[in-house]
Amino acid sequence: MTSPATSFLSVRDLKVHFPTVDGIVKATDGLSFDLEKGETLGIVGESGSGKSVSSSAILGLHRRTNARVSGEILLDGVDLLKISDEDMRRKRGKDVAMIFQDPLSAMHPYYTVGNQIAEAYRVHHDVGKKAARARAIEMLDRVGIPQPDRRIDDYPHQFSGGMRQRAMIAMGLINNPSLLIADEPTTALDVTVQAQILDLLQDLQREFQSAVIIITHDLGVVAEMADDVLVMYAGRCVEYGVTKELLTHPEMPYTWGLLSSVPDVTGDTSGKLLPIPGNPPSLLNPPSGCPFHPRCQYKDKVPGDLCFTTLPDLLPGQRSQVHLKRCHITDPDVVFEKEVLPEIAPDLVEER
Amino acid sequence: MSDKLPVSDEIPDDLEIGVGENQADGSARSAEIVQPRAAVSGQNTGKPILEVRDLRMYFPVKSSGIVRRTIGHVQAVDGVSFQLPAGGSLGLVGESGCGKSTTGRLITRLYQPTGGSIVFDGKDITKTGSHGLKPLRREIQMIFQDPYTSLNPRHTVGAIVGAPLAIHKVVPRNKILPRVQELLELVGLNPEHYNRYPHEFSGGQRQRIGIARAMTLQPKVLVADEPVSALDVSIQAQVINLLQELQREFDIAFLFVAHDLAVVRHFCPEVAVMYLGKIVEVADRETLYNRPKHPYTQALLSAVPDVKQAAIGGRRERIRLQGDVPSPINPPSGCRFRTRCPLAQEICARVEPPLLQIGPRQKVACHFAGELGHHPEKPVTASLLGVDDSGTPVPGATARPNVGDDPGYADTWFDIERQTMVSV
Repeated sequence: MTSPATSFLSVRDLKVHFPTVDGIVKATDGLSFDLEKGETLGIVGESGSGKSVSSSAILGLHRRTNARVSGEILLDGVDLLKISDEDMRRKRGKDVAMIFQDPLSAMHPYYTVGNQIAEAYRVHHDVGKKAARARAIEMLDRVGIPQPDRRIDDYPHQFSGGMRQRAMIAMGLINNPSLLIADEPTTALDVTVQAQILDLLQDLQREFQSAVIIITHDLGVVAEMADDVLVMYAGRCVEYGVTKELLTHPEMPYTWGLLSSVPDVTGDTSGKLLPIPGNPPSLLNPPSGCPFHPRCQYKDKVPGDLCFTTLPDLLPGQRSQVHLKRCHITDPDVVFEKEVLPEIAPDLVEER
Repeated sequence: MSDKLPVSDEIPDDLEIGVGENQADGSARSAEIVQPRAAVSGQNTGKPILEVRDLRMYFPVKSSGIVRRTIGHVQAVDGVSFQLPAGGSLGLVGESGCGKSTTGRLITRLYQPTGGSIVFDGKDITKTGSHGLKPLRREIQMIFQDPYTSLNPRHTVGAIVGAPLAIHKVVPRNKILPRVQELLELVGLNPEHYNRYPHEFSGGQRQRIGIARAMTLQPKVLVADEPVSALDVSIQAQVINLLQELQREFDIAFLFVAHDLAVVRHFCPEVAVMYLGKIVEVADRETLYNRPKHPYTQALLSAVPDVKQAAIGGRRERIRLQGDVPSPINPPSGCRFRTRCPLAQEICARVEPPLLQIGPRQKVACHFAGELGHHPEKPVTASLLGVDDSGTPVPGATARPNVGDDPGYADTWFDIERQTMVSV
């Protein structure tokens, strides 16, 4: 996280609102973050928290829909929300690429894998079919598909889940995009395949120096992949900071809840999991004040009815200026150490 | 909508709600179904409620054309043996396509097994016909993975949860509704919502409806097929806690099928790892997660991303498995894991490793079983199987009969370090 002026990707106050018959759904409401080349940002949150909507806004996928997008998305100094559809089309897939969650539904079942990958290349480069095919084989080889010259003529259904995701990555990276958005790239995959794909993404990022946004709900994936983490809740960023800092000293009760509700492969098995009570809020009628307050177990730490009436600002926490949180609790680190950590990881408390 | 449907994150304390009124109507059965069974002390000491021996399920593969000849079989489950203690839980983990869901469906008898036996409560249910299956459904129930497709969208929640009561004629028709409301309250839903439709509920709430439906007949065994994998992380913990409460209260045995190793570890004191239709390692959770002996279990565990890694930074050292799971239509000879195994030698292609008991509560199917980094140089199983180190049969040597066929644990086991049988 550096100053916005020099950042490669800088998103400022991004809002994506969908007008519906029942009212306006504020899927993303004022999101800001920065990302440098060669760095990885992890976006975490539940379904419906606005993770995917925000990233498709960067790709300009809300154009020509009734979505109202406002704010600024500066990629290398160019505002992606201001350029024409034609200019956006030229950038999409070349400068910004996306890997989707479900590779089976993201690929066309009637065309061969090679056909689809080569098309991604030919759209942006003035080359013949032969050269595009050679390039597609080269990419399939790069992402670790065995016998790429033969597999290129297969249809998506002939690939296994892991291979399909590799093919998607090959398609996304064929134009050396400077920004790659991976939307839940490994959610549909088994752990061993997930490990292979994450390894591959990291190797490729190092090679191409792309900026990567990885959207996931798995904090373990974020812990291993991301440099920065952004936690989203009800369309807003609720905590944003450097991965190590944020995951070891989280300052927002929602992040505490996310950490305490997943069992750990090394943790204590006798204890109960501590779920976040209730359900994610409706984006049509979000709760007053802090959107998390109906589910928050720590609102008694805040004097008065601040949580019910006032939306907290995204401000630096106690520990550092680059660790932002949206919460009224004034001493979150103390609460976390004293009340949350003994419950979720008693062994860690002893170590300290 | 979420404001209107508050889901309590904990189970109401008075689970026996309504016992009085059911007893009042004089129905012995209904009194019995709300009465929690006496909890068995110590989960694994109980007699096994379910014993599976050498279970096989082969699905035929048909050729295209008019005459659809069978051209092969998908060996989805191939010789699986295990025991499920009454009131205990066994976890089945593995990658997709390893046969864990098929095993669950075989136990509920949604499929007719190709071979082997399933013994439930002392009764062989392997070949029970449709007539005999109906009473069996009272005892063995299932929770499905996807709460969106496993509930009929055109039935109300009351109809869905009450259907088993009506079909099995457990309670009189006019008593169904109170019982349904009781069940809804049991799983943490508002009992007044019995006349709503599934689409009015969130994913977590729907999964609770599925659980209420499975609980309706007070089963002794519940097969939970990926019960939380379709839910959001914050909701997963709610459902897992609910299942644990129900298990404690009603003494249900769980066969917990999931691919999430951390969830299985949290839920099940005993865990079996499957690979390509076979169990490769089964042990109590402390042993399996701390000292796995099979290279596949080790690779699987090392692949799980860990939140604690954040404190260290970067990625964990992990065993990288190459390639994909082979096709179960034509599985590799010998050990099925050998094509991806870093330890594979000649013997692995020739002889299939038996599921050998190597500790008081640990079995492993590997010729080179050992802790990570300390795998033996020579196959530990050779002397038991009557073969030499490359897997060729030794003339005159006899294999010990029935190595690794038993579903339970024996009092004596093979110590792989000392190469002898030891006992408690």
